[in-house]
Amino acid sequence: MNIPQIFKSLDYGPAPEGAAPVNEWLDTYARKFGQFIGGEFLKSKNTFATTNPATGEELAQISQASKPEIDKAVKAAREALDPWQALSGFERAKYLYAIARQVQKHSRFFAVLETMDNGKPIRESRDLDIPLVARHFYHHAGWAQHRDREFPGHEPYGVCGQIIPWNFPLLMLSWKIAPALAAGNTVVLKPAEFTSLTALFFAEICRDIGLPKGVVNIVTGDGRVGEMIVNHPGIDKVAFTGSTDVGKAIRKATAGSGKGLSLELGGKSPFIVFEDADLDSAVEGLVDAIWFNQGQVCCAGSRLLIQESVEERFIKKLKKRMATLRVGDPLDKAIDIGAMVAPVQVERVAELMRIGEKEGAVRYEPDGSLPNQGCFMKPTLFTNVSPASTIASEEIFGPVLVAMSFRTPDEAVALANNTRYGLASSVWTENINLALDIAPRIKAGVVWINSTNQFDAACGFGGYRESGFGREGGKEGMAAYLRPAWEKALEPHQAAWQTAVDEMPYDSGGVDRTAKMYVGGKQARGDSGYARRIYGPQGAFIGNVADGNRKDIRNAVEAARKALGWSTATAHLRAQILYFLGENLDYRREEFADRLRSQTGVNAEQADLEVGLAIERLFAFAGWADKYDGAVHNPPVRNMTVAMVEPIGVLGIAAPDEYPLLGAVSLLAPAIAMGNTAVLIPSERHPLSMTDFYQVLETSDVPAGVVNVVTGDKPALAHVMAEHDGVDALWFVGDAEWSAKMEASSIDNLKQTWTSKGKAFDWLDSDQLAGDYFLAKATQIKNVWVPYGA
Amino acid sequence: MSVQAVSASAPGRSNSRNPGFDLDLGWLRQIRMNRSALERRAATIGTRRTVKKEWQAAWLLKAISLIDLTTLNSDDTAGRVERLCAKARHPVRSDILKALGAEELHLTVAAVCVYHTFVKTAVDALKGSGIPVAAVSTAFPAGLAPHKTKLAEIEASVKDGAREIDIVIERHKVLNGDWKGLYKEVRDYRAACGDAHLKTILGTGDLATLTNVARASLVCMQAGADFIKTSTGKEKVNATLPVSLAMIRMIRWFHEETGIAIGYKPAGGISSAKDALTYLALIKDELGNAWLDPHLFRFGASSLLTDIERQLEHAATGHYSADYRHPMA
Repeated sequence: MNIPQIFKSLDYGPAPEGAAPVNEWLDTYARKFGQFIGGEFLKSKNTFATTNPATGEELAQISQASKPEIDKAVKAAREALDPWQALSGFERAKYLYAIARQVQKHSRFFAVLETMDNGKPIRESRDLDIPLVARHFYHHAGWAQHRDREFPGHEPYGVCGQIIPWNFPLLMLSWKIAPALAAGNTVVLKPAEFTSLTALFFAEICRDIGLPKGVVNIVTGDGRVGEMIVNHPGIDKVAFTGSTDVGKAIRKATAGSGKGLSLELGGKSPFIVFEDADLDSAVEGLVDAIWFNQGQVCCAGSRLLIQESVEERFIKKLKKRMATLRVGDPLDKAIDIGAMVAPVQVERVAELMRIGEKEGAVRYEPDGSLPNQGCFMKPTLFTNVSPASTIASEEIFGPVLVAMSFRTPDEAVALANNTRYGLASSVWTENINLALDIAPRIKAGVVWINSTNQFDAACGFGGYRESGFGREGGKEGMAAYLRPAWEKALEPHQAAWQTAVDEMPYDSGGVDRTAKMYVGGKQARGDSGYARRIYGPQGAFIGNVADGNRKDIRNAVEAARKALGWSTATAHLRAQILYFLGENLDYRREEFADRLRSQTGVNAEQADLEVGLAIERLFAFAGWADKYDGAVHNPPVRNMTVAMVEPIGVLGIAAPDEYPLLGAVSLLAPAIAMGNTAVLIPSERHPLSMTDFYQVLETSDVPAGVVNVVTGDKPALAHVMAEHDGVDALWFVGDAEWSAKMEASSIDNLKQTWTSKGKAFDWLDSDQLAGDYFLAKATQIKNVWVPYGA
Repeated sequence: MSVQAVSASAPGRSNSRNPGFDLDLGWLRQIRMNRSALERRAATIGTRRTVKKEWQAAWLLKAISLIDLTTLNSDDTAGRVERLCAKARHPVRSDILKALGAEELHLTVAAVCVYHTFVKTAVDALKGSGIPVAAVSTAFPAGLAPHKTKLAEIEASVKDGAREIDIVIERHKVLNGDWKGLYKEVRDYRAACGDAHLKTILGTGDLATLTNVARASLVCMQAGADFIKTSTGKEKVNATLPVSLAMIRMIRWFHEETGIAIGYKPAGGISSAKDALTYLALIKDELGNAWLDPHLFRFGASSLLTDIERQLEHAATGHYSADYRHPMA
């Protein structure tokens, strides 16, 4: 076209970013890469091709790591651990700062390499991915230096195995490596097999800045390499970002291993537009939500929920906007949508779209043609979709939006939460009252008000439900790479726990007592109609409890779910009730002490100590109820990010056998202080303290269903809860074997599972257990982004 | 919520002149402008879109054809205005146009914009060129003079040959929500213009919020404006991309509801070729190619042309240019 013709047509024309420096770099390696272990590149072997998805051209050969190589990498990381941890925070900060600087200095190189390997538009790699990478390392340089001040008594896990996906290769690397190193861990990281190249260039940077050898090891290959990392006995913590299916497999594989675990998985995030939103801006928000990175984004706003009153107008606007999106060569600077990562991904998305159409959804895509070759897809909108449609519930991971409508704010929330996932969400309205009403009600780790896909190192990111657990970014992200030093030092639990018996069992005499279960605020008979005999320390019969079964758990969980309004009770009210529980327990102090003596044979002094500590612990968590709260973060945009501390939901608790009162109260108190509801399985051998306790619950204004008590075979009942999708988290105290089983069985809804792993917790230790140890496990952090500006 | 198309007269063809409509306060209340979101969009238009090589040259030539070449200074003289008009006729050196193969475009700027005092001078200087003269009017730049005086000023400029009138609105009416007053003010200006086209300057830098900018835009369009324009160039803040986005989205909405296409003129502060290209991309993507025509889009600018000329010389020769090589206005 000549200039007068363009003057008339006003087309955009090609604007390619040059690829020469990247090609030269690839050539210096003869386009063959080995593993990066212990500070050096190994010889390449067992290679496979990595290609440019926009052209189909091979970029280089990458090596599939072998078992000996993984051993070598873990060993290198292990050997690097002590000297790395011996460095001062300031010394580690200097390395992280140096990495941040290097990323900035090589920013365009990284961007071009990322775009060639992954297919994402150069605008995104240049303006979003790489700047966020640098920001992440800067931010964590600070955490390295302030770790000991901000996390007293904590220590790093050790060697971290990290597995990252192909959609944001270098960014996900930074989210993994920066906090791990800042906390004092060393890492073995595996990039996705489609997109290993920026990680390999990153390895060069580590070498350039003189990062001690073995602190960062990069191993390449497919899922088999990931599996080797996950199962490697030398790995102390596994961090994974990727699909929910693989996340579940990792949860199962690591069950009982004692390895730390954080999972950042899939999503089907709602994008809610109310009638009083700035509709044009909301349309633009959708462009950033679902047509960012070709929709291959775990937190993509892929489910549009639009208020019926503006639905028609909004969809019209959206279709018009879709027509101006430019799809093509990702190295072109004026492209909105680049190439999908690989042909297999194109096929997967296409298959889901076929299913969508088959189920009656109406497909729209703008006119225009795609490039002849390469993995390109048009932006696509499906209407006539209902929550029952496959494409409304399955994560598509492509440029495909599904639209549904709602009538009221309540219905919007219900539809938003009608998903197994809970990663992110967007809420569009100009009414701050509405926005701040909706944000806490959405079950998702991130809520973006009038915006979408905002990320920052200072703000935690991570999911609820099957979108995983653990956070990345912010203080909570750092916490995921640290643990209390005392936890590591715990001794194995002695199976035959027994308090010293120094006198004859205590017999209070009196009328025969009937211990029932406690469900939904009522004393309840067990479903089975069977009773369990409870014996004192010398084998004397001291009473019965109901022998609970699956149905009792089912009923208790149902009651606990109905009571979830507890989470919206004010923290002050929850505190008052916990104080009142303490007061009423104190009122019956002697009676509870007597019961302890008759069950366990402790002497009067020991029994009084236990009851006294239980009262103290109720007070401790009453005191925490209105103090363990959130923060306001300052990302580098005009916005405040409110980190809200939210309860997890329904907590299943299986209490220890020892300290039948104190053990259970130590777990119950933090759970309900934070707004969870609980189903408690008391000590199997000594359950009578907690069946007595429901009388204290009844007299202390605890709302019905907030605490439910089911007695019986503890591991069997806990296992029912592990598998129950209505239980959001499970705390299990018991032996290592059952602990492992609970973790493995929790995968169906990926509930957050804490087990004692067969270790002996010291229930008397208030330093360890009256603080934030269980509070952190009773809560998850939701980051609400609130941009502002008149 | 559904928007009621207001209509004093039936919506016309998309190219017909804005007949003006009844004031619709209900529509006004439906306006929502989210500043952060608009700023995000504005910030990425220049990073999502770029043109290179021949495309850049063609787009820059297009930009020149959309310029209201302007001099609005207290020391303007007839001589200065004549020089400006000469530049308007030949905005780019002919050797550059030849090298670019663009002679056939017979490129001129869109209009010359001056104070009333120099309308006659400009009309004489541009005779035969087809380039219209625009006059700033109604007590430019503050707009605070007796209403009758301002109407008389418009009439005088039209009488002297101005084919376009750039009026300024009384900003206090926006700040106080006196939409009826603003509507009536602009309605009267429109009547006084007769066949001359009416551009309403909102003084966006004075209006405090983007919602105010959008509401003022709509009231002016309902009152019969042919163009809405950001600024006088004399406010502290003049044309910006977020303000432009708020205004052109109102233009888009107005067009959807009435079928009438209103023009847009950002003015003040647009001085580089790169800025101009970003604006063109914004208009292309938000309103469509139809708006990239002097009939519907203008740059109000005085120094922009020089920078574009330098870029064009670079496009023609491959080496960087300096400003003294291009005839000044």
